[in-house]
Amino acid sequence: MANPILVLAEHLRGSLTEVTFEMLGAARALAQSTGAPVQALLVGSGVEPLAAQLGAADSVLLVDRPDLANPSSEQVSLAAEQAAGKTGAGLIFVAGTNVSTGIGTLLAARAKLPLVNFCREIKVADGRPTFVSQLFGGKVFAEVRMAGDRGVVSLYPGAFRAEAGRADKAAPVERCDLQAPPAKVRFRRFVEPETGDVDITRQDVLVAVGRGIQSQDNLALAEELAQVLKGAVCASRPVIDQGWLPLSRQVGKSGMSVKPRLYIALGISGAPEHWEGMQSSRLIIAFNTDPKAPIFDGSQYGVCGDLLDYVPALTEKLKARSS
Amino acid sequence: MNIVVLLKMVPDTVEELNVGADGRSLDAEFLRYKLGDPDEHAIEQALLLKEKHGGTVTLVALDAPEVDDVLFTALAKGADRAIKLTGAESPPGTPVLAQAVAACVRGVWNPLPADTLILCGSYAIDDLEGELAPWLATAFEIPLAMVVAGVQIEDGGRKAVVTREFFGGLRGEFELDLPAILGIQSAEKPPRYVPIAKVRAAMKSARIDSQAAELPEPPAGLELGRMAKPEAAGHAQMLEGDPDKVADQIIEVLAQQSLI
Repeated sequence: MANPILVLAEHLRGSLTEVTFEMLGAARALAQSTGAPVQALLVGSGVEPLAAQLGAADSVLLVDRPDLANPSSEQVSLAAEQAAGKTGAGLIFVAGTNVSTGIGTLLAARAKLPLVNFCREIKVADGRPTFVSQLFGGKVFAEVRMAGDRGVVSLYPGAFRAEAGRADKAAPVERCDLQAPPAKVRFRRFVEPETGDVDITRQDVLVAVGRGIQSQDNLALAEELAQVLKGAVCASRPVIDQGWLPLSRQVGKSGMSVKPRLYIALGISGAPEHWEGMQSSRLIIAFNTDPKAPIFDGSQYGVCGDLLDYVPALTEKLKARSS
Repeated sequence: MNIVVLLKMVPDTVEELNVGADGRSLDAEFLRYKLGDPDEHAIEQALLLKEKHGGTVTLVALDAPEVDDVLFTALAKGADRAIKLTGAESPPGTPVLAQAVAACVRGVWNPLPADTLILCGSYAIDDLEGELAPWLATAFEIPLAMVVAGVQIEDGGRKAVVTREFFGGLRGEFELDLPAILGIQSAEKPPRYVPIAKVRAAMKSARIDSQAAELPEPPAGLELGRMAKPEAAGHAQMLEGDPDKVADQIIEVLAQQSLI
């Protein structure tokens, strides 16, 4: 039987995150081909009740200590290193999310393990996994194998099906201790999201602007289009970083996840970090000057051209229609 | 404060990326390099900290096309020193890059001064083998924070208090003892603009220190197979025509789907 696959369960503020189930699903699919057992590792303070939700694993390793409330990346990677050593784990799955970023690389660096980042797909041939990684903002994929049986894989959130990682049953739980020096990074407090004037997660229609909007003045074009469609304006990271719109309007990895009925993307290339936040939109219409922009691959309709020409024409026609 | 910014040039994805003849790397012929967005923010955050707390900003970058322009631009913005590590034939993976950068930093400061803060971009688009910051945190055995979007210095330069992004706009505040390393996602202000005349002036008055990089053999653990462009599962139906004609087509779609 192959070495166990260790899945590092991710949780924040008392709840497991969706990517945890995606990782368990990916591990179960791989285990089916290789015969490896799947183990989940849960590290935190007061997290024992969460173990019951990890039944897609064959067993759960629990490190639950008061000093691990909102643990640092270093503490979690140390716990994973020790747990993997104890159980002889081969592959270790970590989440490629903002919450977990750093854990996998710390673990790989310290334990001298190979690491595959940005993994979107796992193929198996002859009992050996090939990991498909998404590089260069989604423009190129790389197929990577590990030379040995051991290594760390950082899984892209949203790339694997979460349903496959949920189970009605609970798995046996084994408590583990952690040998760790005092934490070098200490949690102080959560900073709550800014509450904006508009909750973009509750809008039926969103007009999203990206770098292609070029200037703050051009935001008015998006505002006008959103207004006539009774929606709101949101944005990708570069626009927020410029300070042109408040944080509460950010869609993507660090920002909001939205599922509107209509998402009009203006000058957004479609980098993976942005997709993460809007891929569940029902209808996506994208405007971009680059015919090869990744945004067109996932949109139903696309317009290749200058949004400064196309958007005002659309707004005017919609206005004329509604009056 | 002793502020060190580690910069990494990445292929500009605005340009078309093609896979080279070996099937395992990018075709270098039409590649253009630029600084990743998080690295631009790391420079800005360093300059903001220098303005507030004093000290020096040292830039360290591996040689790559366009890197001199990037370094002179950062010097023109207010960085004090730039070190360019030469000798890499192709962009190395993160573990090799981290060791080269660590060797350079150790060559300048050994041990690291107590008020050292090392900044780099939280991620890069070619981080196949992980991010730079955690590799360096391990090399120097110093505290690490990732996805940082705000930095305060407390206790007279002994402690950094950082804001880390989670998701949905939620953030967390963490404290770290210096020396420490931060993966910067975004600076507290947008990266500043510097007029081209100032960059030209920096090219005349400032210099870039070139050093041969200490490049170890890459670790043997990964076997890179084929690289390829993604085969999209689908593609948008492209709407053609002048703005009025395209608007009519969109309105038809929206009407069909009862969105208007």
